[in-house]
This record gives sequence, structure tokens and C-alpha cells, in this order.
Amino acid sequence: MELQFFGIGILTWIVFIPIAGMIIVLLLPDKNRNAIRWTAVIATGIQVILAGVIFAVFDRTKLGINDAESFQFIEKFSWITVEAVPWVGRIEISYFLGIDGLSVLMIILTSLISFIGVISSWSIDKMVKGYYALYLLLVTGMMGVFVALDFFLFFIFWEIMLLPMYFLIGLWGGPRREYAAIKFFLYTFVGGILMLLTMLALYFSVAYTDPATGQSVHTFNILHMMNPANYVDGGLLSGVDTTWRYVAWMALFINFAIKIPLFPFHTWLPDAHVEAPTPISVILAGVLLKLGTYGLLRINFPIFPDGTIYFMYFMAILGMISIIYGAFCAMAQDDFKKLIAYSSISHMGIVVLGIAALNTQGMVGGVLQMFNHGIITAVLFLAVGVLYDRTHKRGLNDFGGIANQMPKYTGLAMIGMFAALGLPGLNGFVSELFSFLGAFEAYKWITIISVTGIIITAGYILWTIQRVFLGKTPEKLNNLTDLTPRELLMFIPLIVLIIFLGIYPSPAIELMNSSLSYLVEVVTNGGF
Amino acid sequence: MFTQLPLTILLLPLLAFILLIFFGKRLPRQGDWLAAGLMTLTLLLSLFLLLFKLNAYPGESISSSFDWVVVGSQTIGFGIMIDNLAAVMLVVVTLVSTLVHYFSMGYMKDDVRYSRYFAYLGLFSFSMLGIVLTNNILLMYVFWELVGISSYLLIGHWYEKKSASNAANKAFIVNRVGDFGMFIGIMILFLSFSTFTFEAIFESISAGQLPFGSEGWLTAAGILIFCGAVGKSAQFPLHVWLPDAMEGPTPVSALIHAATMVAAGVYLVARVFPMLTADALLVIAYIGAITALIAATIAITQFDIKKVLAYSTISQLGYMIMALGVGAYTAGFMHLVTHAAFKAGLFLGAGSVIFGMHAALHKLHDHDTDAQDIRNMGGLKSRMPATYWTFLIFTLAISGIPLTSGFLSKDEILAGTLAFSTLNGHWLLPLIGFLVAGLTAFYMFRLLILTFHGKPVNEKMIEGVTESPKVMTIPLMILAALSLFFFYSFNPFGASSGWFYSAIERPLSMVPELMQPAAYPVFYEAVSSVHSFAMLLSILIAGAGVLMALAVYQWKKVSADDLAKRAGVLYSGSVNKWYFDEIYDTVFVNGSHVIMKMLRWFDENIIDGIVNGSAVITLIFSKVSGWIDTNIVDGLVNGTASTANKAGGLLSHIQTGKVQTYLVYVIFSFLVLFVLFL
Repeated sequence: MELQFFGIGILTWIVFIPIAGMIIVLLLPDKNRNAIRWTAVIATGIQVILAGVIFAVFDRTKLGINDAESFQFIEKFSWITVEAVPWVGRIEISYFLGIDGLSVLMIILTSLISFIGVISSWSIDKMVKGYYALYLLLVTGMMGVFVALDFFLFFIFWEIMLLPMYFLIGLWGGPRREYAAIKFFLYTFVGGILMLLTMLALYFSVAYTDPATGQSVHTFNILHMMNPANYVDGGLLSGVDTTWRYVAWMALFINFAIKIPLFPFHTWLPDAHVEAPTPISVILAGVLLKLGTYGLLRINFPIFPDGTIYFMYFMAILGMISIIYGAFCAMAQDDFKKLIAYSSISHMGIVVLGIAALNTQGMVGGVLQMFNHGIITAVLFLAVGVLYDRTHKRGLNDFGGIANQMPKYTGLAMIGMFAALGLPGLNGFVSELFSFLGAFEAYKWITIISVTGIIITAGYILWTIQRVFLGKTPEKLNNLTDLTPRELLMFIPLIVLIIFLGIYPSPAIELMNSSLSYLVEVVTNGGF
Repeated sequence: MFTQLPLTILLLPLLAFILLIFFGKRLPRQGDWLAAGLMTLTLLLSLFLLLFKLNAYPGESISSSFDWVVVGSQTIGFGIMIDNLAAVMLVVVTLVSTLVHYFSMGYMKDDVRYSRYFAYLGLFSFSMLGIVLTNNILLMYVFWELVGISSYLLIGHWYEKKSASNAANKAFIVNRVGDFGMFIGIMILFLSFSTFTFEAIFESISAGQLPFGSEGWLTAAGILIFCGAVGKSAQFPLHVWLPDAMEGPTPVSALIHAATMVAAGVYLVARVFPMLTADALLVIAYIGAITALIAATIAITQFDIKKVLAYSTISQLGYMIMALGVGAYTAGFMHLVTHAAFKAGLFLGAGSVIFGMHAALHKLHDHDTDAQDIRNMGGLKSRMPATYWTFLIFTLAISGIPLTSGFLSKDEILAGTLAFSTLNGHWLLPLIGFLVAGLTAFYMFRLLILTFHGKPVNEKMIEGVTESPKVMTIPLMILAALSLFFFYSFNPFGASSGWFYSAIERPLSMVPELMQPAAYPVFYEAVSSVHSFAMLLSILIAGAGVLMALAVYQWKKVSADDLAKRAGVLYSGSVNKWYFDEIYDTVFVNGSHVIMKMLRWFDENIIDGIVNGSAVITLIFSKVSGWIDTNIVDGLVNGTASTANKAGGLLSHIQTGKVQTYLVYVIFSFLVLFVLFL
């Protein structure tokens, strides 16, 4: 399927619209803050509309994953071609975009969260121009990762995100922003190096025969890397179940595990969240973390099915540890943002447990959990932001009795809280259900231990509700105002999704069902 | 007929919830009439459905499904099922809910969150009806948690009080522990049978399929599902949340924590009865018996009117669970129904008393006297005649005195346990059963006498107490009428000839033959042979209990204090609720606090310590490489280095730390490595 506007494919539009917005922002005068803000609103708004178009016309039956033919909205042309490099032969990097059932939900999530992030950025009034320029660059990077099918392109988008994120935390963040920003940078940077090395190793191990010239060409094409027939004899990563393939799997896994973040690679997250301004926390938890699990599913699983199967228990155990460990650490926090950060670790652990099951339920549950967690955690960070804007406090014990002061806010925030707690009827339950169902089929005891996480989660969520919303209102909180229309606007779409997908998740599951079933098949059959 | 009607019944309370949550404050009288009206309509529809079902399709179970979601190649459906069990339960739920709605108009008058309260009642009724109507264990779990959250919201209705929000949290979390087991059970069933619907699960089992091919797992699945009931029906060892839940408004206690939600566990066991093995049932029976005994022994020493009733609820729920466990299916479910009426009545009666006490204390500007402590009461009989007489009927019913509904159902349960012991030799079960019957009669009459009879402690205050308004007493009268025998069976001394027994039949066991409980005909025969004896004994024991209570509290022939002293350890154990809360606090609450603090420490010092430590090492490394860089490599790649320096300069405009510089070095040295590598 193809869809073009003015001769340019829809995916290019959706990726680069924010860059266009960024250029306009940079050209606008510094003082004209509203024009800058509205530019960002329009840029991300167009993204939302395009994502809506994609949702509407996306073919739910096509498989994708390793089959270039069944990807949708494909755009492919050579980008960098260097003929006859010594030893290497021809280098070919192509601009290759396309989506399948694995990425489509992530695109919708990214555009939605980016848009809501812009609305919640309204309260930022320090260096507005720079802020929005970086913000829009960040959005392009995230969107690009989800549509890139060329590993080099994937890597570039991946690294593009790094810099704006670093500055957004380091310049607009809280008191310890520098420490947090550098920590974030270093962690992701180390991961990036590992990915770069693996990418190069893959590049030299994979070659396909160009049908036009009959020449054997090395390629960064991710889909070519999934085909065992394309591996050259004697390549570092050729063969099946070799040590080097396991090493490569592990290198990629560490990169993605840092992003997820999975125990024990998670300590950058609480610091980054605590120091980041609200909209950046929303983006970070809402979209950025999903890049980790997305990477696992897009790269690790289909390119290294042998490694994936070899390490599946390892993944499941790390998922389990993250679930329990994250939940207990969340309970131990006094800082609202840190609590949500740790709860993210716990909830992303469910994603990893689900996808590590290597069956359709677990996979569907995991990917749906990525989406749902993005929505829910965005609500939670927005909720903290609303309180922080009013009181400049984040400590759980600084609050109390908010329910009496801000009833609308309390209602919406509590729906988010209940969704995080996995309350049936709200979206978090559905994805947790399928993740656990899938995982249970593969790992009985690991799953049973993981499910105890729902008790701990209930504990820390209810305790948080009690400390923040219930009880008597302390005097200093007596003049809090309820949500403004702008704030309502950022909550309501998310809350509607939370309830709708909790009751009727089919529209989301239909999008990915075929692709993910196929992905399971690809991995369990070893790539054929 | 059996799709639209149940759906309407299900959705009307939800409609009430939505309307009240959004528009409640803007409606006249904050919308209480809307909530009560919609609930009354639901009751009428449910009554119609029950009568229609019993007359037109007496023996059938009618279910309809629709697809909810397709995952992989599996379709997961949701649906509703109407059998006699569901139809009866529908009426029980909607009836109590409707009466509680009206009662609340009086009791909750002038409450700060009046419309919110009625909205939550609607949410609760919706969720509870969902449990009743579903044909599917997953959907049941969904509604199971939803009643949990509505219970949480209603217990915490007066959330300004710390004790209320604590109780709400406790209720939800303790229930989650039970739900955890239920969830695992559901996963086992789905993994084995690829379906969530009850009928399909039973069919697979009767076709000889077993979870993971083992009989042990079938028993385990049954017990795990039962864990859900242990939580929701406040069975030992998860019974601790229910007494605390009395922090909620009293009509809520009547509806949720006495009549309906806590009975959902019993309903669940009845629903999955065909898949329970004899071993699982035996566990269930013993859990029920232990619960009944523990709660009854606590109830006899409590002084808070609602706490006494709470423990008595736990004890009666134990009866029902025990009944199902021994195979007295109909008796257990019947006790659920009769108990719903008289226990809702007792709670609403207690509510009426508390309402009157509050008003009287308010007049005296007395804010220290506890309006719920029965030691502050006495002599209320003449002040609140309607409340008293209905309360008396409810007390007779729960004590199992003939001509009441409670006698019918309790008698069948006791006969059932006795029959079970003649078949299997588990004599402890009937022993506990009869003992608890005596205890129940004793503590209920103690409550009645201390509250209504005798001389008031504070004459002046009691004189200020007046009878509650009609909107509160009429529901009491309706429930009192429903606590008499003829609604359930025309024969006051045997339920088994009544409509209830013919409508609710024990379903056939679907488990492999060797694991089945005693077949119904065998069990029925055993019950018949012990029935007269059991009835006689139960009347004698209940009578003895009543006499004891009269002797101690009415005629004061025996001093209660003397008895307490003589009981020694037993008395202090009972007063302190056998220290369950203390033990759980020490082990689980403090335990998880210790774990969470340890993990936090581990996270901040060990894991982050490694991270920060490695950063320091990198820093040293980068300084070394920086030295090499400036002194050796610099000459070679001068141009590149100056670019990097410029970038570093840009960075240092923003931050003055040296880390940027070393970052640049790190990047740079990696680039150098790559060049060498390639």
C-alpha cells in the first residue's frame, strides 16, 4: 500500500513534519512565544492527523516483519552508495521506510504523546525557542526509529534522539539536571556504541545478490539481515547458534535493555525523570522507553532468532525481576516522580516477560502493554506536573486532601492510577492479562512470581492515592485551583483511550495480530 | 428475552453511575431519586425475569455470547448466562440494593458527597450484577475487581478520616491477595482448555481433559479459584479486611459487606462447583468451618455494634462456604439468600440506631461518646419501636429459631455437615457447625439485649433518641417480612419441599469419577436420615444460646465480667481478635517495608554505586586517553580535534563542568577505535 501527498510518502511526512516545524521555530523571533508554541502544536497536530489516516487505511491482514512485500507505505531509494571501497566492495545505505503491525501502534502512540507533550509544554517559559526546536527534533528522531527499515537509518534516528533529550533535561530540568542529563547520555551512549558495533558486524556478514547486476552487495537492510540465506560464508555472524551471534544478540540486548529500562540497567531513569520537565518526562516514559522493547522485537528477535531462543529464559527472568523490584522500589519512594519512574520499570518488565514468552498472546500482550503503558504513564506524569505547577512540590508527603480541592483533577488522575494498578475495565488490565497468559504458557513459576507484582502494585498505588488525594487538606494547599481547559485538553484524550481500550481493545489488537503471530512464527522457526 | 433483558438490568445501574458522576450535583436533590428510581426499575425487571424464567424455562441455562477480541487465532468471547442460580441472585442483589438506596436517602442526608455516594452505589450494583450474569470466568474476574474498587471507594467515602482510607486500602489489598490466586487459577484453566466460559470448561473436564494432564492440577485450579472467594467472602486467613470495612457508611455495610459483595465468593464457588474435586471441596469445607468458628468466637466479646455484625457476617459466610464444601449446595446458596435479607436488615437496623444516637448526641453537643458502642446504649426499645421489632425478627432469623428463614437454611446446612461426616468421618465439621449455631444465638441476643433492653446508661441522651424516618424504617419492615419462612418454603420445618429447593439443584460434578464428591443421591439419603436429629439438636443449641444470653445480660443471673475472668486467655484472645491484625502487620506489612527499604538502599547504593563508580573509572581513563590524545594523536588529527574542541566549547557554554570535555574525548576515542578497526 502506498499513500502520497505531493509526491512524498506519508511516512516521510510524518517523520519530517516536526523538522519543518523546527525550522519555522528557529526562524521565528525569540519573543513571539505563542507563534512558536502554535507552530509546534500544528506540526504535532498534523502528525496526529497523519497517524489517524494510517490507522484508517492500514491493512490489518498483512504480515510484514521479514517480508518486504507486505510492509505498508514503503518508501525506498538509495541514499548513500559508495562504489568499490577497498576490501568492502559496494557500500549501500538506503532510505527505506515502511511499517507493519509491530510499528503501527507505536506511530500512533508517538504522535499522540508528542502532541499532548506540546500542550503540556505551555507552562515552560525559559528559552522557549530552543526548547521547542529541540522538542521537535526529538519527535522526528522517535518517529524515525519506528519507521526505519534500514539499520543505518535506524541508528541515525536513534542517535538523533540522544542530543535533544540531553539538552532538554540538562537545560530545562530540575536542580540536579546536569547529573541526570549526563547519566542519561552516558548510558544511552554506551548502548549506542554496542549497537553500532553489532550493526557493522551484521553489515559485513550480510550480502545479497543485486538482481540487476548480479553483484554481491553488503547491505544495512534490516529485512535482508533476517534471511539466513543472505549471510556470507565465513562472516562473523554467519551460521546458527555461534558464540559471536550470541555476543551480538547480547550487545544489542544491552542497548535496548538500557532504554526499556530493564533491571539492572535502569538507574538512569529515576534521575532523568525527577529532573526532567513534565512534558519531557511524558515523552520519556510515554515513547522513549518503548523504543527499547520495539528494538528487541524489530532487530533482536527476527535477526537473531537463535539468540532469542537461547536467551529467552534470561529475558523472562530479567522481566520478572524488573516487575517485582520496580514495584518494591516504587513503594519505597517519597518523591511522586520517582515513584512513577519505578512503576514504569515494573510495568515495562511485564512487556519483556510477555514478549519473552515467544507466543502470540504474550507478544500481543507485550506490544499492547507498550502502548497502554505509554498512555497511562503519560497521564501520571501529567498529573504530577499539574500539582508541581501549582505547589512546586513533588514529595508525596507534601500533599493530602487534594480530592476536596481539585475534584476534576482527582477523578482523572485516579483513573490513571487505577489503570496503572491493572484495574479491569481500564486498558492496563487487558495488556497485563495477555502478557501474563502468554508468559504462563512458557514459564509457569516465573509468571506466578511475577503476578505477585499486582499485589505490590496495588499497595503502592493505593498508598499514593491516600497520601496525595485523601485525608484532610493541609492549610497550605487550601487555594489550589482545579484543572484549566488547557490541562483538561491534555488529559481527556488519554483518559478516553484508557477507558475505551479497557472495554474494547479489539481496534488496537487487530492492528498487530497478524504481524505478531507471524513474528512468533519467524522466531520459533529460526528465521525462515 | 434472555439477552436484552439481562443486559438492560446490568446497564441501568451503570447509567445511574454515569449520570450522577457527571450531573449529580446539578440535579434536584442531587439525583438521589434518579439513582433509586433506576434501581427500582432494575429490581422490577429482575423480579419479572426470575418469575418468567422459573415458569417458562425452569430447568434450563440460557447463555449468549459475543466476540470480544481475537488474539492469534483464538477468539475470546464474553457473554451472559441466565440459569436459576443467576436469576435468584439477580433479585437478591437488586432488592437489597434498592432498599439500601431508599434507606440511604435518610441516613446519608446532608452528607458532603451525597451525589457521589449514590453514584458509587450505582457503580457497585452494576459490577455486582455483572458477577451474577456472566457466563465467563474472565469476565467474572473483571467484575470481581470492579466490585472491589467500588467497595474501596465506598469504604473510603469519608476519606478525610485516616482510619477510613486505611480500611479502604486494606480491603482492596487483602482482596488482591485472593485475586492473585484466582488469576493463577484462571490462567491454568485457559491454558488447558483455551476458553474462559464455564460451560466449555466443564465440558472439557467431563471429556476427560485435565490441566497439564494431571489430577492434582485440577484440584489446584479449583483451590486457586476458591482463593478469590477467600478474599471476597472474608474467609480465614483473609478475613481481616471486613471488620475494618465498617468504616464505610452503614448502608454500604449492609449492601456490600453483608448481603451481596461478600456473598459473591459463595456465588463463585457455586458457579464453579462442577469442576471442584472432592479434595478441593474438602479444603473449602474446612476453610469455611474454621472461618465460622474464629469469627463467632470474636463476635461474642465485641462492643461496637457494627463490629459484632461484621464478625457475625464472616461467621455466616463461613457457614455458606462450609455448606458448599460438604456438598450441601442448595442449603449453602439458600443461606446466602436468607442471610442477605436478615443481615442487610441487621445492618440497616444498626444504621437506624446509630442515626438516632448521633442525632441525640448532637443535641447534647456530645462529641466524645461513641455512637456505635453498645455499652452506651440500652433501653432503646421504647424509643425506636419499629427498629426494635424488626431487629428482633432479624436476630431470631440469624439465631436459627423456627418459623424464620434463617432456621430453614441453617438447619439444612447443619444436616448437610452431619450427613457428610457420616459418609466421610469428618466429624469436626458438624461439631463446629453446631457450636457456632450456639455461639451465634448467644452473641446476637447479647447484642439485642444490650442495645434495646435494660436501663440506658445515659438516660438524658437516650431520651433524645427518636425513631428514624419512614424512608429508613419501611426498608426494615420489608426485610423483616422476607426473614420469615414462607417466602422460601411453606413447610416451616423443612426447606427441601419448597420452590427454592426445586429451583436450585446441585449441578452434576464434571471431574473424573474417582475424584468426585459423594454423588447427590447418596448425599441426599444421608441428609434425610440425619435431618430430624439435626433439626432437634439445632433448636436445642440455639435455644441454649438464647437462654445463656438472657441469663447473663437480661436477668443478670451470671456476671459477664466473672465469665470473662474465668475464660482467661480465651477471653483476651477473643477481645483481641486472635491477634490476626498484629501478626499480619508484623509479618506482611513490616516485612514488605523492610524489603522495600532494602531494595531502595540496594538500588541507590549498589547498582547506582556501580554506575557512578564506572563513571569515575571512565573519567580516569578519559584523562589518560586525553593525555595521549593531546601529546601523541593530536598532531595527526589536528583538524578533527579542533572541531571536537569547538563542540566542547559549545557545550561548556551551557555547563561549566569538565564532564563535557571528557565526553567529547570518549566519543572521539571511540571514533579513533573505529577507524583502526575498519
